[in-house]
Amino acid sequence: MTPVTDLELPLQRERATTIFEKGAPGRRAFLCPELDVPKVDAEALLPKRFRRAQPPRLPEVSEPEIVRHYVGLSKRNFDLDSGFYPLGSCTMKHNPRLHERVAALPGHARLHPLQDPERAQGALELMWNLQAALAEISGLPHVSLQPSAGSHGELAGVLLTRAYHEARGEQRHKVLTPDTAHGTNPATVTMAGLEVVKLATNPDGGVDLDDLRAKADADVACLMLTNPNTLGLFDQNIQEIAAIVHEVGATLYYDGANLNAVMGLSRPGDMGFDIVHFNLHKSFTQPHGGGGPGSGPIAVSDRIAPYLPRPLVVRRDDGAYDLDYERERSIGRLRGFQGNYGCFVRAYAYIRSLGADGLKDASETAVLNANYLLARLKEKSVAEYLPLAYGELCLHEFVLSGGPMKRELQIKTLDLAKRLLDFGFHPPTVYFPLLVEEALMVEPTETETKETLDAFADAIAEILKEAAADPEIAQNAPYTTPVRRLDEVAAAKHPVIRQAL
Amino acid sequence: MLAAIGVPSVEALFDRQIPEAVRLRRPLELPAGMGEQEVFAHLRALAARNVSAEDELSFLGAGMYDHYVPALIDMLMERSEFLTPYTPYQPEISQGGLQVMFEYQTAISELTALPVANASVYEGPSAVAAAGYLAKLHNGGRRFVISAGMHPHSIETLRTHAHGYGMEVVEVPLLDGVTDSDAWTRAIDGDTSAAIFAQPNFYGAVEDAAALSEAAKSAGNPVVIAQVDPITLGILAPPGECGVDVAVGEGQPLGNRLDFGGPSFGFFAAREEYLRRMPGRIAGETKDVDGRRGFVLTLQTREQHIRREKATSNICTAQALNALAGVVYLTWLGRRGIVELGELLLARTHYAREMLSALAGVEPLHSQPVIRELALRIDADVAAVKRRCAAAGVNPGVDLQALTGREEDRGGLLVAITEQRSRADIDRLTEVLGAAIAAEREMVAV
Repeated sequence: MTPVTDLELPLQRERATTIFEKGAPGRRAFLCPELDVPKVDAEALLPKRFRRAQPPRLPEVSEPEIVRHYVGLSKRNFDLDSGFYPLGSCTMKHNPRLHERVAALPGHARLHPLQDPERAQGALELMWNLQAALAEISGLPHVSLQPSAGSHGELAGVLLTRAYHEARGEQRHKVLTPDTAHGTNPATVTMAGLEVVKLATNPDGGVDLDDLRAKADADVACLMLTNPNTLGLFDQNIQEIAAIVHEVGATLYYDGANLNAVMGLSRPGDMGFDIVHFNLHKSFTQPHGGGGPGSGPIAVSDRIAPYLPRPLVVRRDDGAYDLDYERERSIGRLRGFQGNYGCFVRAYAYIRSLGADGLKDASETAVLNANYLLARLKEKSVAEYLPLAYGELCLHEFVLSGGPMKRELQIKTLDLAKRLLDFGFHPPTVYFPLLVEEALMVEPTETETKETLDAFADAIAEILKEAAADPEIAQNAPYTTPVRRLDEVAAAKHPVIRQAL
Repeated sequence: MLAAIGVPSVEALFDRQIPEAVRLRRPLELPAGMGEQEVFAHLRALAARNVSAEDELSFLGAGMYDHYVPALIDMLMERSEFLTPYTPYQPEISQGGLQVMFEYQTAISELTALPVANASVYEGPSAVAAAGYLAKLHNGGRRFVISAGMHPHSIETLRTHAHGYGMEVVEVPLLDGVTDSDAWTRAIDGDTSAAIFAQPNFYGAVEDAAALSEAAKSAGNPVVIAQVDPITLGILAPPGECGVDVAVGEGQPLGNRLDFGGPSFGFFAAREEYLRRMPGRIAGETKDVDGRRGFVLTLQTREQHIRREKATSNICTAQALNALAGVVYLTWLGRRGIVELGELLLARTHYAREMLSALAGVEPLHSQPVIRELALRIDADVAAVKRRCAAAGVNPGVDLQALTGREEDRGGLLVAITEQRSRADIDRLTEVLGAAIAAEREMVAV
C-alpha cells in the first residue's frame, strides 16, 4: 500500500525560512563594549577611500530569535546520537561527551597557537604523547599531526613521496591507485602534479597482481592503498604487493580511513607501508560536525621522515617539549600553526580511555558487528536481492550489490536508501565503490548493539518484502522527512547558492 | 552472534582474513585504559600546564585572536543534531545542516561582497593555497606573484602546495609596511596565474586593495586573490568592491575558539565565473517533489567523490561545525554590530599604537592605518622583553622575527587588540612593556 502523501506532517508544514528572511530593522543581540579611548577623527583613523560604504546586509535579529531559528534547524537534521548511522568508510562511532568537556577546558580552548613553547608544555606533551600512540598503532615511528583532514594527509603523503624521489634525483610522475580507492586518492594525485594510473581488482576483491606487475615501473612514485579496502576486505597479497612496489623503488601509501578494522591487530608499518594517514574523526571518534572538523595526521618510515611538514613536536634532552622548525629537507607547511589541536585533545582522551586493550577490543567488536549484520543480511529473503559483492566474511564494513534488487524488484539502491529514512535509519554509503553495481556499503561500528543491528536487518528485509508487493512505495520514498526527494538536477542547472536580499 | 556468523570465535574472523605474517602478536605498547574521571583529571592537569588567554593579559594575534565567543554558540555547537552527523549525503534528513551552509554562504558572500562562496575549507593559509590552485586551473599561468605582507604561514603553505604542480612563487617586498606598488606591477606579467595579497596585511597595515587589484589587471591577467580578515569587513572596503576575484581567509575570529591553532574554518568567496572551479561543498536551494523549499549539496561534479582525478580539489571533510559557529556569530553581531565592533577595534588599536609608540625605545614599524593589530620595532631583544613582561602577567604580542625569519623584522613586535582588551588593559601593557624595555636596555648598557 502506498503511504498517503497528501497529509503533511508538522515538520513538513514548516516551510524553510532563512535567518536573512527573519528579524526587523534595529533588532539586535550584540551590545558593543563602550568606546573607552579618546574619540579621534574617523578620517584620521581610516581614510574614506578604504572604508566600506554600505554595511554588509547581515541579519537583524534578537538572541531569542537566533536560538529558536537554529534549534529549529537542528531538528531538521538526523544525527548519530538519535539513531543508527552505518555510513560506510565514515566510521560513525559514538562520540563520548567527556571529549567535549576536556577540549573546552580554558587551558586547551583559550590557548593561543603562538604561545611560547615553554608556556604551552601541557599542549605539547599531549601532542607528543598522541604522536607516540599513533606511531605505535601504525607501526611507523615518525608522526606529524599537522594535516587538517584525511584528504589533507593524503596530499602530505604524496608530496612527501615526491620530495623523497626528488632528493634521490628522480622525477617519477605516476601514482597507482586501485579502482576501489576513495575519490580523494586520485584527486590528491592530480593536486600534487602527478598522474593517476588505475589498478584493476581481482576476483577476490584485492589488487590484481598481474596488472600491478605490468604497471609497476621506474616511473611509478607511489601506490596508494586502503587495507582493508573499501570492500571491507584485507588484501591477502599485501606482502607481495609491498615487495613489487619497493622493487621498483616506489613508496607504499596507506589510506587510514579504514584503520578501525585493525587497531592492535595488524599494523600498516608491518605490512610494508611507508606512509599512513589517520582520520582522527573516524577511528578516534571526533564528532563529525555535519562535515568537519576532522584531523589527518600522518606517520612515516625512517626514509620518509626527513621530509615531514614543519614544525614537529620534539622533546629536548632536558625533558622539555618544543616545536622544531629547523628541518631543512621538510616539504614545508600544509596549513597555519600546529594542526587541529582541539581534535588532538579528543583523540588523545579516547586513546587514554581505551588503552591498548580497549583499542583492540574496539576493532574486534567493529569486525564482529559487521560480520553479524552481514550474516543477518545473508538470510535468503535479503541475499537473493542484495548479495555480498565480494568474499564471504568482511572486516569492519561490507559492500552489497543492489543489482538483482533493481532487476527483480524494480527498486534501485537509492530507493532502498530513501525508504530506510522512513524507518529511522541513516542509510549506508550508496553507489560506492564504483566497481560494484548499485553498491550499498555498510559500516556498523563497534558502538552499536545487537538489537540495533537486528532492527536494521529487519528493516531491510521489510523494505524488500514491501517492494515485492509494490515497488512504488520505495520508489517514492521518503514520506516522513521534513522534505521529500529533492530536485538535485535543477539545483545544479540553475545554482542558487545564497539568499537573495 | 558468532553462531549466526558461523565462526567459533572473534579471533577466527581475523585468522581467516589477515595473513599471519602481518598480524600483531603482542599487545600495543600503550598505557592501560582509564575511567572517565581519571581521564578528565589527566587532561585537566595537562591544561593546567598551559598559559592560556584566561591566565595572562594576552596581546597575541598574528592569525588567531582572542575575540569574545558568545554563550549561544557553545550551546548550539553542542547540540547532537549539529555535532554528530556527517556530511549531508542524504538531504531529506539533513535540511538543518544544509540550510546552515546556505546561510553561511550568504553571510560570507555579504561580508566579502562577492557573489559566490563555498561551505568552508580547512583554515586560512590552506585557503590561500586552494585559491592559488583555482587560479592554476583557470588560466594555466606559471607564476604566483605574492605580497610579502602575506602571513608567513600562508606564504609557506602556498609554496608547499605550489611545488607539487610546478608553480613558481615570486615575493614582492613591502615599502613602509605595505606592498611596494612599483615592484608589484613589475613582477606581474602575462604568465602570472595569480596575484595575491593580504588585507589588512600581516603587519597590521591596511593596503590600498583597489590600487593593487587594478595594477595587477593592467600588468597582466592574473586572478587577483586577497586573504582578508573577516572581523574588519564591517568597516573596511570589501574585496568584491576592490577588484578582487577571489577572497579567502581564516574564520577563527568569527565565534571560534583559539584551540592552540584549530579547528577553525577557512572561507572562500569568488566572482561568479569561478563557481565551477571552486573547491569543497556548496549548498544550493531547490524544491522537493511536493514543491517545498529545500537545500542540497550542489555542483558536485567538481568534487572528488564524483570526478576523482579530474576534481577541482581533493577536499572532503571540511569544517562544517566551525562554519556554523561563524554564521551564528555574524548573526549575533548583526548588520550594525559588525560596524560598531570594527569602529571599536579601530579606535582602540589606534590608541594602543599612540601609547606604545610614545615609549622610549619603541617606534611604529609603519605609518599605515591599522584596525586590530599593530607592529612595533623595539630597541631591545624581543624574547628577553617578552620574558620580563610574562613575569608581570602580560603577553605583549608576537615576536615578529621568530615567526617570519626575516632579518628586517628584528626587534619587531606584533600586538593584537580585541574587544576583550580594554583601555585599562592597553594602559597596563604600556606600563609593563615600557618597564621591560627600559630594564632590558639598562642591562645591556651595563
